[in-house]
Amino acid sequence: MNEVLVELKNITKRYGPVTAVEGIDLSIRRGEFLVLLGPSGSGKTTILSILGGFTQPTEGTVMIEGKDVTQMPPAQRPTVTVFQDYALFPHMTVEGNVAFGLEMRGIGRAERHRLAEQALATVGLAGYGARRIHELSGGQRQRVALARAIVVEPAVLLLDEPLGALDLKIRQQMQDELVRLQKTLHATFVHVTHDQEEAMSIADNVVLVNGGKIEDYGPPERVYLRPATLFAATFMGDSNILSGRVVSAGGGSLRVDTPIGQMALAGQAEPGSDVHISIRPEKIQVGPASIDRAASNTGHDGGAVLLGEGEVTELVFQGTHRRCRLKAGPDGGTELLARVPLDLDLAVGSRARLGTRVGDLVLLRN
Amino acid sequence: MRRRFGQISTGVYLLAMLGFIYLPVVILVLFSFQRGMLPVPPFEGPSLEWYERAFANPRLMAALGNSVIVALSSAFAATLLGFLAAYSLARRPPRFAGSVRFFLMAPITVSYLIIGLGLLVVFNMVGMSKSLLAVGIGHTIINLPLCFAIIYSQFGDHHRNMDQAAHDLGAGDLQVIWRIAVPIMRPAIFAAFCLAATLSWDEFIIALLLSRFEVTLPVMIFELLRAGLSPEVNAAGTIVFAISMSTVAVAAIAMLIWRGGKR
Repeated sequence: MNEVLVELKNITKRYGPVTAVEGIDLSIRRGEFLVLLGPSGSGKTTILSILGGFTQPTEGTVMIEGKDVTQMPPAQRPTVTVFQDYALFPHMTVEGNVAFGLEMRGIGRAERHRLAEQALATVGLAGYGARRIHELSGGQRQRVALARAIVVEPAVLLLDEPLGALDLKIRQQMQDELVRLQKTLHATFVHVTHDQEEAMSIADNVVLVNGGKIEDYGPPERVYLRPATLFAATFMGDSNILSGRVVSAGGGSLRVDTPIGQMALAGQAEPGSDVHISIRPEKIQVGPASIDRAASNTGHDGGAVLLGEGEVTELVFQGTHRRCRLKAGPDGGTELLARVPLDLDLAVGSRARLGTRVGDLVLLRN
Repeated sequence: MRRRFGQISTGVYLLAMLGFIYLPVVILVLFSFQRGMLPVPPFEGPSLEWYERAFANPRLMAALGNSVIVALSSAFAATLLGFLAAYSLARRPPRFAGSVRFFLMAPITVSYLIIGLGLLVVFNMVGMSKSLLAVGIGHTIINLPLCFAIIYSQFGDHHRNMDQAAHDLGAGDLQVIWRIAVPIMRPAIFAAFCLAATLSWDEFIIALLLSRFEVTLPVMIFELLRAGLSPEVNAAGTIVFAISMSTVAVAAIAMLIWRGGKR
């Protein structure tokens, strides 16, 4: 699990004057489910394409299993890519597709048939071998594409937005199946997506890419709860961003002046510098009762931080909770987003007290 | 009332246009069934005697055989070269892809007479005599731009991913062409082949300029005409026309079946 399987070292790709990715350093361990997450045009697909050998980096090296594969064509790499449009061969049967890679490796007909059947069974398509591609649904095509890739037992499976074309329900089902497949095969998956919920539900580690650079890297929980940068905080779910100025710093903690009051938090910055602080909506507590609960909680996250009062401007029922927008601060000039329980007595126009905990304030790197 | 008039005038216009296009062919076919020596009114048929005559004419039958050989082989050569050019320009465009495309397509604007004359001079220079091979080369040249254009237009980006997927799974260049690109492009390749074969089958000027002893069917019909009008010439012309139309029909039906199979 700890063995490094893939290493990207200082990868840069330029197309003429346009830089697609710049200075990417990334290690992928064997058995890891890594998700490259980012908005479209962020360079995440370019990174995948460089891993697969379809794109040559302008600078840098790609190492797989300890070998420099930077100049190696896709066919010779221990990687297989599952394309966004699946790229199945429409003139072949399902089994013809799945067995294609085996055939190219010179494996005999009987063995090909056996392995293809086995791979189809793994993805839940046992007995579909004789079907034609155009007879299959989108989800089934997706499974065939997976079977075609895993049957040749690649060291790394590269998935280029493989669930993008599927309905929401099938997409969620396929997310679970991808994780199950990856764990049963003990395989290494690198998955590209622009959907942060998908990334959070399947990844062991998320690489957040923006503007051709890595913004944040780590387990999805960490990236979500303690985003490293302003971009990470806003791209991964909703977030309240407060801009402020550091008034004093020392001993690993800061005091920061914000529009809704001075607050203390962990982190390092020069006194007098401008910083951003992120608070997740579900971490903002609304109403007197919550504030007391926060105040009574004195774990290692520290005590309560009072955010003053706010006026409710919007309440939207969301099933398990209500989404609440408030105007906070002395002049009501700061808009905050919070999640409040359904049983809390609130209405648009009413005022509420706001609080959070020191540990839920996240200092963002600019 | 006004609409009615519009419909009637549209119908009349359509009939007049179809008549303008097809009447000469209809007359040619009709008088191939003439009973008598001259293919002129009044029609005194129907009779198959001129077809019997035509099929018993060894020179005409030899010309028909020559035409088939030239049509099939030049269509094969033009389709093969057109496919390879289209594949490389679509998949691995060279630096000057636009210019290459232009020079591949340019011959389509040059008259057959000029191409034929040019070939005549060149073959003369290299000491190659007039022959069916020379005619076949000429037909390959005039059909290559069409075959290239038809096949190139059908290469899409989604096919590119299939090629990449095949490469990724370990296929070499030739395997990708033979196992993936050719089967996927089969309808376009077949259409290009049929069109090239039909055009070669009908072509007259280049065939006239570049052949001497072994001639193709259009050239033979031209020679027969010099002896004067005869229903036998009509019969030979009808055979040329019928085979052209059948090829087009076969191509159309095949395309329909392939398209239907995909849905």
